[in-house]
Amino acid sequence: MYDTTRSEADVSQQDIKISARNVQVYYGDKHAIKDVNVEILDKTVTAFIGPSGCGKSTFLRCINRMNDTIDIARIEGEIRLDGEDVYDRRVDPVQLRAKVGMVFQKPNPFPKSIYDNVAYGPRIHGLARNKADLDGIVEKALRGAALWNEVKDRLQEPGTGLSGGQQQRLCIARAVATAPEVLLMDEPCSALDPIATGQVEELIDQLREQFSVVIVTHSMQQAARVSQKTAFFHLGNLVEYGDTNDIFTKPRDSRTEAYISGRIG
Amino acid sequence: MTDMPIPGTARPTPARRSSLIEVDPRTRRRNAAEKRFRTYGAVAIGIAVVALAVLLATIIRDGSGAFRQTYLSIPVTLDAERLDPKGNRDVAEMSSVLTLAYGQVLDTALDQAVSGMDLQIQGLTEDDIDGLISREASAQLRSRVLDNPELIGQTVDVNVLVNGRIDGYFKGRVTMASAERDSNISPQQLMLADALAERDLLVTRFNREFITNPDASDQRPEAAGLGVAILGSLYMMLVVLVLSVPIGVAASIYLEEFAPKNRLTDIIEVNIANLAAVPSIVFGILGLAVFINFAGLPQSAPIVGGLVLTLMTLPTIIISTRAALKAVPPSIRDAALGVGASKMQSVFHHVLPLAMPGILTGTIIGLAQALGETAPLLLIGMVAFVREFPAGPPEGLFDPASALPVQIYNWTQRSDPAFVERASGAIIILLIFLLCMNLLAIYLRRKFERRW
Repeated sequence: MYDTTRSEADVSQQDIKISARNVQVYYGDKHAIKDVNVEILDKTVTAFIGPSGCGKSTFLRCINRMNDTIDIARIEGEIRLDGEDVYDRRVDPVQLRAKVGMVFQKPNPFPKSIYDNVAYGPRIHGLARNKADLDGIVEKALRGAALWNEVKDRLQEPGTGLSGGQQQRLCIARAVATAPEVLLMDEPCSALDPIATGQVEELIDQLREQFSVVIVTHSMQQAARVSQKTAFFHLGNLVEYGDTNDIFTKPRDSRTEAYISGRIG
Repeated sequence: MTDMPIPGTARPTPARRSSLIEVDPRTRRRNAAEKRFRTYGAVAIGIAVVALAVLLATIIRDGSGAFRQTYLSIPVTLDAERLDPKGNRDVAEMSSVLTLAYGQVLDTALDQAVSGMDLQIQGLTEDDIDGLISREASAQLRSRVLDNPELIGQTVDVNVLVNGRIDGYFKGRVTMASAERDSNISPQQLMLADALAERDLLVTRFNREFITNPDASDQRPEAAGLGVAILGSLYMMLVVLVLSVPIGVAASIYLEEFAPKNRLTDIIEVNIANLAAVPSIVFGILGLAVFINFAGLPQSAPIVGGLVLTLMTLPTIIISTRAALKAVPPSIRDAALGVGASKMQSVFHHVLPLAMPGILTGTIIGLAQALGETAPLLLIGMVAFVREFPAGPPEGLFDPASALPVQIYNWTQRSDPAFVERASGAIIILLIFLLCMNLLAIYLRRKFERRW
């Protein structure tokens, strides 16, 4: 179902979407991310794996500056999106987050109707000229999140009334509706059952055609199934980054090997 | 557990197999402790319920009388010579006739009515008969005539208040025995009152004037009402609502969502918590010093009372609003920021609507607290005796007025026992207001509550 081998040839020709240089993150005195350098490709699924507390989510949240909301967090280094440093003083994080969407660990739909959940982003960014336009965007986003057929008859019902898997797909639709260039997913399946997980994974594979997807996951199987590139984090360090196939079949670092064989984690 | 015998292992001292049927001593002790705790709880609730019941019963027993009042209804001939000496029915000239003249007219009417009844009451004097009528009655008749000068010369049926002690006689507060000792009332008057009541001239009915009348002097408890106090309290609540809700909610949103977490905001936070614990009389002194002495606002005015109560209510509103904002799950903020909403959009579109029930409840509880507050109002002169109704808002905010709790305090200070009844009646009114506000809080909470 997920063709990870195919990527090998494509990747070399693909553009670099995000490039991180010497990124350091401190939470107060704690050095959470230590000198991370990574290049994330466009139209590719990149998985961040590693044991709990290794900094993979922290690094993910640096990309769309969600760490700005944490007072004690301090970030050094640069993260370039299409060559522009997102930590440049002139960058407005609000504008950045419209380009870099995010899906969270726990499904967190707004306590509003399904329609309003999806329409919220386009509304605040002025993406629709009129109601019909907005309806179109909502439908497209819900179709993109493979949710349209399940909810098309009850768009005005509250989004919180959906099942967990549907809620998470609604959150993906909400993120997709603002037409982002990068989609960050922070353990999107950790609160879902296997069937819902399968649906979301399938969805991620489709989303890759439109934009770059970065997914943090605890499950190595999931990383192997959905991603073309994998980065292994350990104790705040980016230990190894490469093609998913290589990471899981012939890891170069002993720590990576220990992790994927279940000895640390 | 370790004390369970493991099959197949030879133990030196085989543990006795415990039965589920017999309860072991340890479990029995735990169950007993739980039972004891439940009993304590039930007793505590019981004490609270009994205290509340006693309180309510006492207030209703003492205060329900204030809602009924005894009136004398007799035909009165409005003597043109006395009331309109010039005979031209000109209101301006008629207003030079004092209440005294109207009192005489009433006295004459009652004297005639009584003499026509052929009563056998030993030692009943004309003063006794005249003393039956409230001192307020002549003023009421005068204002009725001045409103409608055409009545002069006619014989009209009037409904006038009777003396507070006669009223008390019908409510059981005054008895023949107590009248013997009371210089304000004589047993003959009570006998006369009985006779009048038999002929349906004295009737006790619902006392609407208790809610609409202004306060009255020490000598006329029967005429005292809560009108000015209710209006004053209403005006103050208006000021508190208009000032404390926007300021309090804005301050909490800023502190909770936008303010940097540093020493300054820590100090502010601690001080807000401390302000909520400051005795209310201190706010009264502050109001006296700042609003009256420094800013030169008038004494006894609802605007000053409202400002002082606003200061008192703000900490309550800020604390409850912040608690409500804190209770909104952070995932909602993340979700909004994640789709590119600005901080303000995330607060106003998502966080605030979810915090609304909590904010509204806190605000109404704060207002209810302010409504019942007495001490600071005493210091800013709201305890004054006010007969004039304040004008409509906004000018009325600067007119002297009273307030419900202060009126209660005021009445309990007076000597006539009829005022005790009035004070309890006023407490009932105040409690009804508070109950309504709490019901509104519950209703709003239900209405705005949404699950997430």
